[in-house]
Amino acid sequence: MPEVQELVKSLADKYGRKRENLLHILQGIVEQERYLSDVALTEVARELDMSAAQVYGTATFYTFLDTEPRGKYVIRICRTISCDMKGKNQIIQAIEDTLKIKLGETTQNKKFTLLETNCMGWCHEGPAMLINDQVYTNLSVDKAMDIVTDYVKNK
Amino acid sequence: MTKNKLKRIDLIFHEDCECRQVLEKTFSRSNDEIINDILESGLKGRGGAGFPTGLKWKFTAEQPADERFVICNADEGEPGTFKDREILFKVPSKVFSGMAVCAKVIGAKKGYIYLRGEYRFLLPELQKALGAFHRDIKDLIDFEIIIQMGSGAYICGEESALFESMEGKRGEPRNKPPYPTISGFKDKPTVINNVETLVYAFMICKHGPLSFKELGTSDSRGSKVFSVSGDTPIAGIYELELGMSLEHFVEEFGDGDTKAVQVGGAAGFCVPRKKLKETIIGFEGVPTGGSMKVFNSSRSMYNVLHNYLEFFEEESCGQCTPCRVGCQQLLKGIEAVKKGEKKAIYLDQLLKLSETMKLASKCGLGQSVANSFSSIVDNFREEMIY
Ligand SMILES: Cc1cc2nc3c(=O)[nH]c(=O)nc-3n(C[C@H](O)[C@H](O)[C@H](O)COP(=O)(O)O)c2cc1C
Ligand code: SF4
Ligand code: FES
Repeated sequence: MPEVQELVKSLADKYGRKRENLLHILQGIVEQERYLSDVALTEVARELDMSAAQVYGTATFYTFLDTEPRGKYVIRICRTISCDMKGKNQIIQAIEDTLKIKLGETTQNKKFTLLETNCMGWCHEGPAMLINDQVYTNLSVDKAMDIVTDYVKNK
Repeated sequence: MTKNKLKRIDLIFHEDCECRQVLEKTFSRSNDEIINDILESGLKGRGGAGFPTGLKWKFTAEQPADERFVICNADEGEPGTFKDREILFKVPSKVFSGMAVCAKVIGAKKGYIYLRGEYRFLLPELQKALGAFHRDIKDLIDFEIIIQMGSGAYICGEESALFESMEGKRGEPRNKPPYPTISGFKDKPTVINNVETLVYAFMICKHGPLSFKELGTSDSRGSKVFSVSGDTPIAGIYELELGMSLEHFVEEFGDGDTKAVQVGGAAGFCVPRKKLKETIIGFEGVPTGGSMKVFNSSRSMYNVLHNYLEFFEEESCGQCTPCRVGCQQLLKGIEAVKKGEKKAIYLDQLLKLSETMKLASKCGLGQSVANSFSSIVDNFREEMIY
């Protein structure tokens, strides 16, 4: 996959090839590809002259550095107590129904992945969710379905 | 009877900052004078642990080294805390200015803001504000701030885990001592402060230590930004004086049916209604990084505890056994009691386990699980069983 190779090389050129640059590079890959494939991880190890185990071990520590295939849009719904009290379960249910997937799954067209996440700092406006970096708060079932449907149709 | 409303303070978010002017004035004074002001103000860290900020700066400045760093902890992962986000969104140049003052005092040329991945949406505006700030202070000080993103790990808010993460490694806490003032980022003396602490330090430079010291109590000087959520009609961000009783807090923020308040997030303490009156919010009572969650009588405290334990179980870095296994066992344990698979007295064994975790865990995460565990189980034991 020469594409990933090029991406890793350009990120290493940009951030540097030292250990302290590793997270920047991994974050850069996730930003483009949404997850870290084995090919990408091996490539990073080669480029930074580290063992693949070290790279993998670091990546798997971080929730946002996914090593499993993810959709183009990763939806993360807050599961912590305030959002739970405000009905995050209904929101999850609504999105599951809209996208025809279960929590943790990716749609067949690889466009969406649905996940839960821990408190994301919007407890006063829960339930809250992230779609990639974008924040959505004060969700109702209708609002959540509208947002997701808009992504389905227009993005 | 009219209710006495808690006094609102307006230091942090107050707009007219004139950062450059304040920095010029501050930089014209000696490092000792600045440190003495911060010490005199009584400012303690707003990230949770409450270490005196002036001392932290002083120790770092005094530590012989060829390089020192100042780091702004913007990882804000404690459930129920969202004030650092608002500070960075509304008054970023005050945060940068606080870092610049610290940099001058300790002799740092580089500063970092470690921003949690969930706040990446803030990045474009922050970078813009940072560019303007760098241009504005270029002739005043040789100091550069770099923003580094986190990637979704609560433990990286713990200072030594944060250094590890910034060095490109797994965010696993280090042994202490040595403390960051001696050996922090890249093993150099490092000041790491919460976002809010840095802004207060800067406001003390602007208004003088007395204006800050006047607020609060002798153990908890000044004001604090609170993140209020849960069963309250007025959830949001409030800057209030420290040292108020929880009863006063609930009178103003509760919905009239408050059963308990969780102070300090999942790592904090649960205070039931009957103890609201005697409980002070501050370092002499229950300390808080700002998270205030209100629960009314419709809530199951079992669900609350279960939610917190799931959080800890997932966020434990797994490095040390008491915390890794302890979190799992506490979670399994309360589930077993609830299902009737274990007798109610099993809760006492779990309480002992949480005490052991407090003593034997390597970092603040494992050490603080007992706070919410024992305060919820002790005060709402019947809800854990039936
Ligand atoms: C598990 C854990 C998570 C923490 N998360 C944060 C955080 O998100 N933000 C923060 O400022 N401090 C956090 N802290 C506290 C820091 O280790 C450190 O004490 C603090 O940043 C010091 O700043 P201060 O003196 O200004 O409070 C955390 C501590 C622990 C044990
Ligand atoms: S107490 Fe928990 S989070 Fe801290 S080092 Fe041990 S396992 Fe990791
Ligand atoms: S509990 Fe959901 S954002 Fe904090």
